[in-house]
Amino acid sequence: MSIFGYQFMQNAILAAFLGGVACATVGVFVVLMGISFIGVCLSHAAFAGALLGVLLGFNPLLGAFLFSLGTAAIIGPLASRGELNLDTSIGVLFSLMLGLAFIFMGLMSGPKTEMLGLLWGSILTVTRTDLILLGIVTSAVVALVVLFYKEIQAVIFNREIALAVGIPASLILYGILFLTGSTITVSLSPIGGLLIFSLIINPAAAAYQLTYSLKKMFLLSAIFGVVSGWIGLLASYLFNVPSGAAIIVTSSLIFGLAALFSPKRKVKRWRVRDEPSRVL
Amino acid sequence: MRNHRETNNTIVKIENAIVSYREDVALRDVSLEVKRGEFLGIIGPNGAGKTTLITLINGLGKLVQGHVWVLGHGISKGSVNGIRKRVGYVAQLQNIDPRMPISVHEVVMVGRYGQLGLFRRPNKSDRDIVDRMLELVGMSHLAKRPIGHLSGGEQQRVAIARALAQEPEMLLLDEPTASLDWRAQRELLELIKEIHEAQNLTTIFVTHDLNALPQICDRVVLMKEGKIWQQGIPEQMLKQDILSQLYDAPISIQEHEGRQIFLKAG
Repeated sequence: MSIFGYQFMQNAILAAFLGGVACATVGVFVVLMGISFIGVCLSHAAFAGALLGVLLGFNPLLGAFLFSLGTAAIIGPLASRGELNLDTSIGVLFSLMLGLAFIFMGLMSGPKTEMLGLLWGSILTVTRTDLILLGIVTSAVVALVVLFYKEIQAVIFNREIALAVGIPASLILYGILFLTGSTITVSLSPIGGLLIFSLIINPAAAAYQLTYSLKKMFLLSAIFGVVSGWIGLLASYLFNVPSGAAIIVTSSLIFGLAALFSPKRKVKRWRVRDEPSRVL
Repeated sequence: MRNHRETNNTIVKIENAIVSYREDVALRDVSLEVKRGEFLGIIGPNGAGKTTLITLINGLGKLVQGHVWVLGHGISKGSVNGIRKRVGYVAQLQNIDPRMPISVHEVVMVGRYGQLGLFRRPNKSDRDIVDRMLELVGMSHLAKRPIGHLSGGEQQRVAIARALAQEPEMLLLDEPTASLDWRAQRELLELIKEIHEAQNLTTIFVTHDLNALPQICDRVVLMKEGKIWQQGIPEQMLKQDILSQLYDAPISIQEHEGRQIFLKAG
């Protein structure tokens, strides 16, 4: 098929694979820990950092990295010191980052359209640097999840219990947030701030509908993430629609199908039949 | 492993502990010693500082002033993880998402994770320990089920199996029977008693509910307003006048089939 003949298409297919795996893996933490807002928060932090880079004349990507990772590093300690929910901590930092982004934009002279591109991203104009960074972070995410699987599992299940059995739970939590921050930053320019959110949430949420095994959830989520990217790209090529939007819609459809056919909805009937003595 | 000579050893020593959260003082100058092999009950009204006191022992609570020694070590940043591995902790029933992708077997295995340390995976002997503990609490038949599908009583049994999978020297139980129905409560208390005796554990049991206090307590600590108000053997402590003062409410005690039943009088 001629779709594979273009260099930009090859790059986009590779970016969709790497970004799909990284975002969908991180998404499993995000969905199970109930911190879906973190995607929006960190992508806006990266956005603010990139704007500051442009404003002060250093590499916007560096600014994005610093801000997104800095924010990811603050979320955990802010929540534990201030005795807040993680989600509250994320919300506070999100509003700060949004405010900073607008201040930096206000201070800038000249056109700002290039910056708004970061919010939308463009998978069809992925650069070599984007791909290398994406490759590094995706490998790191997968390697760390494999290496610290049992600690991550315990922390996702219950942080207090993880602490009580002698697991360095805070460190693992901060590590999870840090990985989320890195993934969002490197996905920002190829995938876009808004698309990241759906690529983090939808594949993991779809996998969550289908399995009771955490390992399978990681695997299914990654598959859904990659498939969303590829089908979205194909649809974008065939029907000449924006690629980012096509990927978002595909991942939402996959979620919809998973929710529709979720075996977890049959839980109640199964329990009643299985253990009639417990029904009061 | 632990022989009988050791039963007189002190396993926990808390000296002049002060703990405060924000403006509230949760513990005011509390000192307590626990002997190895003891079954200690801690009772008192809500907000008396019972939970704060036992979380000092596994380092989940933060000391403002005073000293805590557990298993021969002072609690510090460097020692706390080592101590936690040797202390099993069961809190009250938690809300678990019924769709949480973790099985009963995996939850109990979490108890092994601290012992294993980073980078090591559970092997056959860890799986054997988990199987044995599930058997002990009577939950083997549910091992493959998602944890969120179990009833409250079953989840608490699993929590006890998880704590025991640590092969702990001490068991901390914080209102483990709260929000369980009476039958699950009775069965769980019976199980705790059996385990305490069979595993030669030191057990500390916290409850606000006098009727949930296990009968095998060697000693009862009565807490009120962040202080240890009185302590002694159950026969001396569990009396109408003392308990009425402790709870600031008239309490009457009735005997029923060899058990004391505590009722709010009037």
